[in-house]
Amino acid sequence: MEKLLTELKPGEQGTMVAVHGGRGIQARLRSLGLVKGQTLRKLPALAWGGPVVVEVKRTQVAIGRGMAARILVRCK
Amino acid sequence: MRDMVAERRIRSAPQKSRKHLENDILLVGQPNVGKSVLFSHLTGVRTIASNYPGTTVSYAMGRMRGKGSTLVVVDAPGTYSLEPLDEAARVTVDLIDDAKRIINVVDSTHLERHLPMTLELIAQNKPLVVALNMSDEARHRGIRIDVEELSAELGVPVLSIVAPSGEGVKQLVDTCLDLQPLHKPTHNESGHPGHHPHIQHPAPTGRGTSCPGHVHLDRDRIWQRVGELVEKVQTLEHHHHSFSDRLEEISIHPFWGSLLALAVITVSFSLVRLIGEFLITGAVGIIGEPWVELPFGTELLFDKVLHPPLIALSRVIGVESFLHKLLIGTLVDGRIDFMQSFGILSSGIFIPIGVVLPYLLSFYFVLSLLEDSGYLPRLAVFLDTFMHRIGLHGYAIIPTLLGLGCNVPGIMATRILESRWQRFITATLISIAVPCAALQAMIIGLVGRRGIGPVLIVYGTLFVVWLLISVVLRLTVRGFQPELLVEIPPYRLPTFRALGTKMWLRISGFVREALPIILGAIVAVNVLYQLNLFAHLAAIAEPVITRLWGMPSEAVVPLLVGILRKDVALGLLAPLNLTGKQLIIGSVLLAMFFPCIATFVVLFRELGFKDGLKSLGIMLLAVFLTGSVLNLILR
Repeated sequence: MEKLLTELKPGEQGTMVAVHGGRGIQARLRSLGLVKGQTLRKLPALAWGGPVVVEVKRTQVAIGRGMAARILVRCK
Repeated sequence: MRDMVAERRIRSAPQKSRKHLENDILLVGQPNVGKSVLFSHLTGVRTIASNYPGTTVSYAMGRMRGKGSTLVVVDAPGTYSLEPLDEAARVTVDLIDDAKRIINVVDSTHLERHLPMTLELIAQNKPLVVALNMSDEARHRGIRIDVEELSAELGVPVLSIVAPSGEGVKQLVDTCLDLQPLHKPTHNESGHPGHHPHIQHPAPTGRGTSCPGHVHLDRDRIWQRVGELVEKVQTLEHHHHSFSDRLEEISIHPFWGSLLALAVITVSFSLVRLIGEFLITGAVGIIGEPWVELPFGTELLFDKVLHPPLIALSRVIGVESFLHKLLIGTLVDGRIDFMQSFGILSSGIFIPIGVVLPYLLSFYFVLSLLEDSGYLPRLAVFLDTFMHRIGLHGYAIIPTLLGLGCNVPGIMATRILESRWQRFITATLISIAVPCAALQAMIIGLVGRRGIGPVLIVYGTLFVVWLLISVVLRLTVRGFQPELLVEIPPYRLPTFRALGTKMWLRISGFVREALPIILGAIVAVNVLYQLNLFAHLAAIAEPVITRLWGMPSEAVVPLLVGILRKDVALGLLAPLNLTGKQLIIGSVLLAMFFPCIATFVVLFRELGFKDGLKSLGIMLLAVFLTGSVLNLILR
């Protein structure tokens, strides 16, 4: 099943499928290791439209909600 | 090639005058891997290192002895890749052009995140050695790296080091100096991992170059290649949950995280005040009556040590003489009031050493703890939602916090923000509505004499101004949505050594740079008073100062002196016999009206001339309105 990163439940894992966005966004995400095929886990993070925090390659990365809504992930 | 370099240089505004920087050894790596620590080790030049991405926003240069000659070592700002996405990457790409040898500093605990840039660097065809830093932490976490295998796979020397203790640094230097310049790449060195023909130029100056899609494809391939590499050289042992893991979970948790953030902010501010107050007056307490008062502090020291000889001097030179005015100032009830007398030897020494220095020590101690622990990026995450409302994102809180110490490093730190617009708003807000520690020390010292209420009104007003300006600026630019994207570093226990170095750098910077200006400002004030020049100025400024703001016309003097130093200027309000209301308005106006000379210079350098002027325009309008509104609503 494919979902947006924002729709992932806290603690759920997924594999990045696509990023909807221009080169700038793609490159910024890539520089932090957020590339297609990468497995990531969403951490239980702040509510009220705050950033999404994911664990990717044993590092925590905070992603602004707007940007997170452009990331498509596949999960079981 | 020459054109490409030229273009890059133009694009690397705001500092248009960047020169070539020939360097023998260049340290390159991602943010927060300990480059600055290694740099200090190599050169003995102490630099500020913290635990969050973006501490070094510009490069640092130093020298070291090696192979019988002096070598220039440069510490590049941390960058995640050589794609010129931000200022740090652009600066780094420029530095690589001019580098003879490169040390790529890599975090051993997150090899897979750092190797992509290593591959990019290998493709640059410069003599390169990879330093696996934090190897002690990796061992501790059960991460094992086969260094020889990695070296063989990459085709460049790889060494393990622990930068803070210096372990492995000597071998690193020897290996680096033994590097021979690589031959120019012949066609296709196939089989050599980094020398993939398609990633030969990983930094084709961003926008507008040919077939960007191609670059993408290859960059994705870099990540694939890194996956294979890490599989081969790294083994992970089982790692059980530690205390810091628990703390990391808690600090981004919806409920506990909010509680923690509130607690951290409250404790930090209280601690700054507690330590600062104690160093000055010997009183221990945060609000209201102190809990304990000890015979300690700079006030007591000055009264006991400096007061008697100054009084003796005063008798010798005579109260009415010009020399007395200049050296000792005016006596209050036959005594020297170190806050009000305004001579070079009285207030001139007391304000910087007796009031500002204790607060700076206290502030930087607390800030350094926050910086080194790794809490700041978490605070940025916590505040992101709120900061979005005002057109910024959470990370803008870091320059703002630095600005509470001194506006100059605060404005410099705005470089960690991606867009020009965010940098403009954040820097403008800092220069107008974020009072530096020196000014705060004086606000608490002077306004605090009238109780905690007036102090809170001053701070509250500045906060409202900060909020209103950002909201108004946000309305002027539509559809702009900055997005937070930041790596959250692990928590680390601050070390005394790092803490000490940082505090020493910041405090000695203050003594060296601010002290002469403070003394100069006091001389200037006394001389100008003597020449009676201020009377004319006061007459010109009177309509605004008196009618609109309700201040006495003499307040024009502190406002003007504020352009030199804010702390001295606020001190000048002391002898004016202001009412409580006037003191509040005066403090707020001083905080907002023209930034001090050092901030002024940095503001224009960082924003450029045009945006600097815009920023000043916003400042003047804000000062004008704030003074008038306060005069209307306060009683």
